Order: sequence, then structure tokens, then C-alpha cells
Amino acid sequence: MSRVVVVGHGMAGARFVQELRARDPEHEVTVLSAESEVAYNRILLSSVLAGALTPAEVEVVPSAWYAAEDVDLHTGVEVTRINRANRWAHTNNGDTFEYDHLVLATGSRPWIPPVDGLLLADGGLADGVAVFRTLADCRAITRRLESARQPVRRAVVLGGGLLGLEAARGLAGRGVDVTVVHPVGRLMERQLDEAAGRVLARTIAALGMRVLLNRQAVAWHGNGEPAERTLELDDGTCVPADLVIVACGVRANTDVAVSAGLEVEHAIVVDDRLTSVTDPRIHAIGECSQYDDQVYGLVAPAWEQAAVLADILTGGDARYSGSRVVTRLKAAGVDLATLGDADLNGTAAADDTSEVISFADPARGTYQKIVIQDDRVTGAIMLGETDTAGTVIQLYDRDAVVPHDRRALIFPGVLDAGVASNVTDLPDDAVVCRCNGVSCGEVRAACADGARTAGEVAVATRATTGCGSCAGDVDALVQQAESLEVAL
Amino acid sequence: MRESMEKRPPGSVVAMSGPTSTPTHCPYCALQCAMAVHGGPGGTADVAPLDFPTNRGGLCQKGWTAAELLDSPGRLTTPLIRDSAGEQRPASWDAALAAVTDGIRRAQHAGGRDAVAVLGGGGLTNEKAYQLGKFARVALRTRNIDYNGRYCMSSAAAAGNRAFGIDRGLPFPLADLDRTGSVLLMGGNLAETMPPFISHLVAMQRNGGTLVVADPRRTSTAELADVHLQPSPGTDLALALGLLHLVVTAGYLDREYIAERTIGFDDVWRVAALWWPERTERVTGVGVRAQRETARVLGEAARRGGAVILTARGAEQHSKGTDTVTALINLALSLGLPGRERSGFGCVTGQGNGQGGREHGQKSDQLPGYRRIDDPAARKHVASVWGVDPDDLPGPGPSAYELIDSLGTDGGPRALLVHGTNVVVSSPNGRLVADRLASLDLLVVCDVVLSETAALADVVLPVAQWAEEDGTMTNLEGRVIRRRRAMAPPPGVRAELEVLADLAARLGAGAHFDADPEVVFDELRLASKGGIADYSGISWRRIDAEGGVFWPCPSNGHPGTPRLFADRFATPDGRARLFPVDHRPAAEDVDPDYPVHLTTGRILQHYQSGAQTRLVERLNAKAGAPLIEVHPDLADRCGLADGDDARLVSRRGTAVGTVRVTTSARPDTVFMPFHWGGEQAVNQVTNAALDPVSKMPEFKVCAVRLEPAGRKETT
Repeated sequence: MSRVVVVGHGMAGARFVQELRARDPEHEVTVLSAESEVAYNRILLSSVLAGALTPAEVEVVPSAWYAAEDVDLHTGVEVTRINRANRWAHTNNGDTFEYDHLVLATGSRPWIPPVDGLLLADGGLADGVAVFRTLADCRAITRRLESARQPVRRAVVLGGGLLGLEAARGLAGRGVDVTVVHPVGRLMERQLDEAAGRVLARTIAALGMRVLLNRQAVAWHGNGEPAERTLELDDGTCVPADLVIVACGVRANTDVAVSAGLEVEHAIVVDDRLTSVTDPRIHAIGECSQYDDQVYGLVAPAWEQAAVLADILTGGDARYSGSRVVTRLKAAGVDLATLGDADLNGTAAADDTSEVISFADPARGTYQKIVIQDDRVTGAIMLGETDTAGTVIQLYDRDAVVPHDRRALIFPGVLDAGVASNVTDLPDDAVVCRCNGVSCGEVRAACADGARTAGEVAVATRATTGCGSCAGDVDALVQQAESLEVAL
Repeated sequence: MRESMEKRPPGSVVAMSGPTSTPTHCPYCALQCAMAVHGGPGGTADVAPLDFPTNRGGLCQKGWTAAELLDSPGRLTTPLIRDSAGEQRPASWDAALAAVTDGIRRAQHAGGRDAVAVLGGGGLTNEKAYQLGKFARVALRTRNIDYNGRYCMSSAAAAGNRAFGIDRGLPFPLADLDRTGSVLLMGGNLAETMPPFISHLVAMQRNGGTLVVADPRRTSTAELADVHLQPSPGTDLALALGLLHLVVTAGYLDREYIAERTIGFDDVWRVAALWWPERTERVTGVGVRAQRETARVLGEAARRGGAVILTARGAEQHSKGTDTVTALINLALSLGLPGRERSGFGCVTGQGNGQGGREHGQKSDQLPGYRRIDDPAARKHVASVWGVDPDDLPGPGPSAYELIDSLGTDGGPRALLVHGTNVVVSSPNGRLVADRLASLDLLVVCDVVLSETAALADVVLPVAQWAEEDGTMTNLEGRVIRRRRAMAPPPGVRAELEVLADLAARLGAGAHFDADPEVVFDELRLASKGGIADYSGISWRRIDAEGGVFWPCPSNGHPGTPRLFADRFATPDGRARLFPVDHRPAAEDVDPDYPVHLTTGRILQHYQSGAQTRLVERLNAKAGAPLIEVHPDLADRCGLADGDDARLVSRRGTAVGTVRVTTSARPDTVFMPFHWGGEQAVNQVTNAALDPVSKMPEFKVCAVRLEPAGRKETT
């Protein structure tokens, strides 16, 4: 029986424990979580911020599960040091846990840019400054929003990436006047090209948010009276704000791994067994893990890694070979999906081996771009009312051949167009009465044989005698036959 | 007093049942359309629709042509015995029944009582289904009995029982649909499988209601829908979880109902919380906007006129069918639908007596009245009605496919009696099924026609069909109705109850078996008394007088129960159970060798294995061979054009059909109907992966490749 110690209990860690237990009830499992909450669903924090869900409703694993599954859970505990020689994990309250396998799922933390006034001398966030990362952060923001003493009427979100826009949308949905400040020339520049960024900015603006691009914050003046609090930008303007939410990206939590001498670049470097390249007893999954130069900041790869590692630690032969990345913006009123390499700088468009299919309707907030190589989707941006997103994502996930008529990737139902909607225009072999399998031709023949009413057609053909919903169509065919006769 | 007459659709032809006509119901599906049979045998019989709350004077093409089967040249009119040369030869009833009893005795002498097995069907009348179960337990004393409803209703039944404590397909009369605000139909093609049902959905739409249909194919039914959700095959469960997620986040959760009438929501939500719409889209292919629209439509309707969620085989015939239905029940409970006016959850039963057939003891784990065979009190009650010792009743046996898989194996049954099912066509992994049947010492088939299964039998017994017999059926609403005899069966044909009584007598148990259907029904009433499906207050006389009676009906004075759950559910504490379930992939995914999903189903002109409808000229003229529906892109890649013959190949077998190129198919999925036998039998290809709870095989999704099979040869 081997002892597995899991450090971190976010989306990756909690999933890993469940995957492990589903495969093998025998392992001795200890979970050490720095957060004091039970595992919760980080994906739904924007819904909590928007007020659609309560914090209790985003709990992933009930506390009772751990006891029932014999998992030893310690919350509010940080691992401060790893003794690799003895296979010990030491915690901030002086405990030591011995492991056969140590799974690091420590996630990441928000990066706070060097802007005057955001941080206090002790490293804590200044008054009026918040990050949007954990359930505790979410509670803190919600408390501010619901505070009668210090109402939040105006907020600035620093960072126009995925998380920043979700936070901004959540606040705007609660009636807060929101400004998004972004240092680059377009929103979500890591996922979107220029044109898509412009359409997204337009959509964001239409939802009542202000977007300031190519602007950096230089100072938070948060000490004065509420009405005087402002965020100063590098162009000299000052944006009044009751609250600043910092969403400028994250950094993997790797301090313990670094001091333990593990190889760490952007995150802990692992092989296809999700095992540290330095120590075969130590594994890393989720946002603190780097495989093949990639650090995935999304839940789907973390879950895939959790399943693979659980399989490996229970004797399976699964291997991790990277994940197909689909990024979704979860903000009410903005539908956005990006995947793969969407040719952000336009080189594929000029390349003979690639096809780029695109359609933009900025007035309606729609921008669609699909990059195809060898008849497969290799990248896409789908913004706005994109009813084909599900289809495109499945083609990408399964590496499946795209439709012969590429328009079908952008316009749903395009292949079905041209079908006559008027029954009198239908050919003879088209079925008019499904229940009795009666074709238009049979109805026309009945009319030619003397049927003058739908009832007489029914006697001759049984048309309309099932569910009756084709009665109008049969009437129309009868009338058409009459008018033809008159015309003759 | 009759049910109130509904307004019939314009143009329908309604015949009044005159002195020479007999009012009865259609022989085919669970809608059991009312019809009059005129004339008699010898080619003079005809049918006309009658007004009834379900079909409202409508019939589909199958119904209109039902009389053709009565005098079909394909009709069996003499018993057959396979001779030493392997030929099926006409034989007398006495010789045939003697051959059956000899074979039974030999098998049981060698292998014990369980060496004889019985397979029943969901098309049998209540009386026959009841008598067949009793025959197995009392005359044969074998535990090995199950029925083809295992391939039909078992997943919905298992889910209904665990949520509501009862399994009645629709817990309300069908006509309630007309005035509800929205219907979500998951995996059903009613426009082809029970066409007159559509009148209720169209009425709902005309009253301002919204129809949402989920189906991987753009079926005739999907074309009628206001919203068509087109999930990847095998992902309905994820879709149901995603819809529950949105019901909660969009504020449509009926918290008061959840608190007062249910148990278990919190655990269910923990799973659904992980199915945010974007994840659901990635797994199902159903767009986020369509999901949101569906949740909104259902949520708004639930607050106003009511909403109904229906499932059918498309969602149920999977190795996770029970969990998919459970997820949809959870969705319905979260919206507060079951037990509310013009609202609820229902499953659309398929076979003619798919409802009654699953209540009265032909299921391996059941005794009459939907009692469990492992419940000592149930055994005691039923044994006392049957006049036997409870300890002599066998225990639960294996499910249909497991039973078939054990035939002729070491320790498995050596003899099999088949009643009202064409298993060699309708079972998954058909090649193996044929092998198993071939390994038996004795195969006995009771049927109307020489079905593919009957053609394999050592003894074939020709039995009476619908218009030649009296009895009761329980339709998809749980309404017990009368099947009435309009004519005598042809000479040489016997009623199945007579056959069972005769066989029982030859086996020394004759005293327990009557051949009169009304006597059998009265015994069924006693046996069901106090059970979940309590028929004790229902008599033939009452059905005749009232136009049908809904079960449960526990006493003569009881009005029957058209609507269940108004005050409580049939659980010990009266609350419905939400049971946490999570999505899992289909048992067999596509891969480079088998790159296409196959899904199967029915078409309008045929019923089940097609053994009956393929003999009807007018139906064959419209649909004489299986069409494989293929998307143009897929057809192109496979080198196939419309009208070509193509072969579907899976790890288990092959099936041949004619290509119909259509954009109603997904590019990654082909569809083939299962109404044909031989090399046209798609169940040679399907996967027998079973649902762990219901033992339902995975008919609705497996992996295949598609190959040209050359032009069809004219024969």
C-alpha cells in the first residue's frame, strides 16, 4: 500500500484524489490544502461574483466524502519544505508527512504588477484592491459589493485577459460602472487577432463597460475619501474607482519545488508520466506543471492530467501527451471560444498549405475564423452568436475531417438551404403526410382523379388521417390543383 | 362513462362502429390507437380509426394496413417440427406439443429445472404476459425467464423506480400535453414510431407551447421542433447535466418543491455544477446558446403553463441509459414538474403492451403487480393466489441478453420457449445470438408468422393474433384497455393461452392454468392486489363501460389513477429521490479502423423486427429494404452515392443496406433501421455492452466503418 500525499486541493488536486479513489481504495491518501475551504469549482467563481450562485453551491466535494473514502484532508496547511532524501513533506504548523508519491497541485497565484499603492508594506493588498482567484477572493469582492458603508459604484479591472473580462462582466452585471485597463492594443491578445479584439471591445462596450487599451496603471491613490480615490494611468489620466481588481496574469506556485531542487522553468517540469524530471517520486499536475514547454491554465488539461496520473499511480500504463486547448470566456452576453493556433499574426493566411475561413459581422458582435490544415481544424476564433462552435470544437478535439463545404463551419444549416418551404413547390416524391407516407405526387394524382376537397383526398390516399398536422398542406395542394385546372 | 371525446383533426376519416364491426386497438405500438375491425377472415377484413383520447380518430399507415396481416399468405396455420433432415415439416398439435414436453423433460432431467428458459414479449396481452410468467415459475419452475422489454423499457423503468418508486411510462393522460407550455423530447422519433402522438405536440405548439427535440439525427420529429438539439451519439447524459446546470444558474430551480417533495438535490447539484455550458458543448456538440434557450424555455414554461420532459429509446438504449433517464428525471424534479398540473416526466413506451408487459411477471426479477421476486411478502402473496408453496417459486434469473448469452453453454439452459419476440433480429450482437440458439437442444417458437427466429426453431406453434383474441393491453399512459376478438383465428391456429394451458397439463400442472382470458385477467387482478401496479379494481366490464381504466386501481369502487404524484410519490416517505449520476462515454468509441458512429432506430412503415409488417404489401411498397442514412461528406469519403448498396462493418458483424444521402445525418454518424433480418440485420453490428442497472444493451451507439457493397442484385 503506497502513501500518496497531495499538495493542493483546487480543480487539479481534488480531481486527482477522486480519480485515484475511483481506481483504487487501498492507497493511503493525504491532502494538504493551503486554502481553508473544501474543494470548490473555480470555473463557477464568475457566476458567484455575478450573484447567480452562492459560495456553497460551488463546492465540488462534500466534506463527508473524505471520511467516507478514507482520505485524510488537512485544510489551511501549507507545505514549506520537501525533504526528498527521506520523502518527507514539512508543513507550516510543524507537521511532517511521509510519502511514497508526492503530487504537487499547488496551482498558481495572481501576479501583481509593480504599480504604486497596490500593495501594502507587508505585501498585502491595499484597501480597495482585490484579486479574483480564489473563493476567498470572491467572497472579499462580494462583501465589498454588498457593503452599505463603502458602496462600490465604480470599479477598474486591471487586465483585459480572460479572467479580467469575466470579473468585469460580473461586476457590470451587478450594476457597477466598470473600466477595463489593458496594456496591449487589443483585448485577450494571446487568444485573439486584431479584428477579433476590435469586435470583442465593441461587444464589451455595448454591455456598458469602458475599455482603455494601450494604457498601464502607474499608481493607485486609495487613501483619500471614497470620492477621491483614483487609479492613475501612464497617460496621466486618473480613473475614479471604489475598487480595483487586479487580473494581470498568474505565476505558478513553485517556491517549494524550487527549494527542493526540482527542475522548474515557468512551472515544474514533468515528463509524459507527469513526473518531475528531477525526482521520480514527485509529480505535478495542473497550473504548476509544465509539460513539453506548455503550462496549461485551464481546467480541462488539469483533469486530463489528473486522470493520467491516477492511472499511472495505480499501475496503469497511461501517458500524457499534451492537451488540445479550447479557451472559453464565461461572461453573460459574450460568447467566445478560441482553440489551437488561430493564426493571430496572419502568416497562415499567406501560406499555401493552410486555409483560413473567416466571417465578421461587427455590428452584431460576430467574428469567426477557422484555420484548416490538411482538412483538419488547427485553430479557431468564434465570437458572438456562433452556433457552430460545438461542431468546430468537436472536429478539433477528434482531429476529424472538416466538411467539404467549409461554409458549414460558420453557418449552421447551410447545407440544408434551398429546400422549398412552400408545399406547393415541392416535387412529387416529397412526402406531405408522414403518418401515412403520402407524397405530394399522390395527392396531386388524387386531385387529378377528381378529389376536390382535403376530405376526398383523405379517402383516396389516407393523407391527413394520422396526426392531422399536414391538413393545411393538403388543402394547399388541393387549391393548387384547382387553380391549375382553371388556368388550363 | 367514456373519456371525453377530443376534437378530431380535420380531414380524418372516422368510421362509426356498426353492428358488423368490432371496436379494438391497433396491433402495433404502445399508442394503441382505437380502431374498428370490419368483416371477417378470408380477405374481407378492414379497419377504420375510432375516436379515442390518444389517437383522436387518426391512424398511421401501419394501422390502416393492419388487417392485411390477418389473411397474409405468410401466416402460420399449422405447427411445424424439424425433422431429422433438418427441415421444418407440418405436424399435428398433439405431436408438436408432445415434442415440446419431451424436450422440456429431457432438458430438465439432464440439467435441472433451470435448463429450460422462456423469452416473452412486450406485445403480449396482459393475460398472456401474466400467464407466461406463471407458466415459467409454476409449470417449468425455472428462474430463467425474461422478455424483450429488456431491450425497450428497462432503463426508463429502472430510473423511474429509483426516483418515483413506481414505473408508469406516462404519469398523466396523453391529452395533458396539449395544454402544457413546453415539451422536451430526448431521443424519440414519434413522427415515425407513433405518428398520431404528434397531434398532441402540434396542439401544444398551436396553443403557444414550445417543442424541443434532442436527437443526433434531424428526424421527421426534429423537423417539427421549435428547437432541435443535435448531440453526438452517446452524450445525452452530459446534455441533461448541462441543462440542469443552466436551470440552476439561470434561476429556474424550484427551491420550494425541491425542499418539500424531494431528497438528494445537493449531491445531484455537485455533479451538475461541473457541467457548465461550455464543457457540455465540448462533449455534446450542442451549442451554448441552444442549451441556454432550452433551459429558458423549460424554466419559463414550468412557471406558467407547465412543462413536460419525455424520453424514448434514443436516450435509453445505452450502456448508461438508466443514468441518462435519471439525469432527466433530476432535471424535471429541479424544475418542480412531476405531480404538477400539465407537467411532469414521462417515458414514451414503445411496444404495444410494453407497459403491461413489464408489470405482471415475465421479467426475470418480478412477480405480478410489479412485485419483486426476491421479496418474501410478494412471494407469499403470489404463491397463495397461484395455490403453490412460496418456497417452490424460483428466484430471480438473468436478464434477456445475459440469458441468451448463456444458452447451450455449460450449465446454461438447453431448451428455450420464445413467445412474441424475434430475438435473432432484435438482439444486439446478432451473430452470437444465432450461434447460441443453434446450440440448444430444443428451440420452441410461438408466433403468428415464420419470423427469422421461428425459422430456426425445432418446434413452431402457430398462434392467434390481435383481431382474433380477447384480452387487455396497458397503453403508454398506463390506461388498461380492451383488445377485442373480431373473428375466429384460421383453422389450425390456437390461442397462446390455450397452448400454455395444454403444455401445463402435459407437464402435470394443468390445474393451475385456465385458457379463458377473462378468467386469467381476474386471477391477475388478485395477484396484483396490493402491488405497485395494482389492477385489482379493474374488470373487463369496467374497461368496456369506461373506455379504459388507469392503474393503480386498488378496489372496485376506485376511479383509477389518471394522474400520479399529485400529493406524494410512491416512495416510503412520499418524496421523490434525486440520484446523483455522471456522464461516461459510450462503451465503444470510434477509431481509425471503425471511424463512424452507428445509431439505429425505427421507420414509419415497420414495427420492431418487421416480422409482421414486412408481410404487408402496402408497407413494403414504401419501405422494402433498409436505407442507411449517410451525410454527403461521409458518402463522398466512402465512395458512395445515393442508391448504392453499402456494408456496415463493426467488430461484431456486418449489415447491408442502401445508401440514402441526406444532410439530416451528422457527418460522423450513420443511421440504419433494425426491421430486417439476415444480412440486412443491423443488430449483427450493434454492441451488446449492457447497462449495469437495467441490463439494456447499447443499441444506439457503436463504431463502424462503411464500405461499398456493390449494386444491389435483382432477384
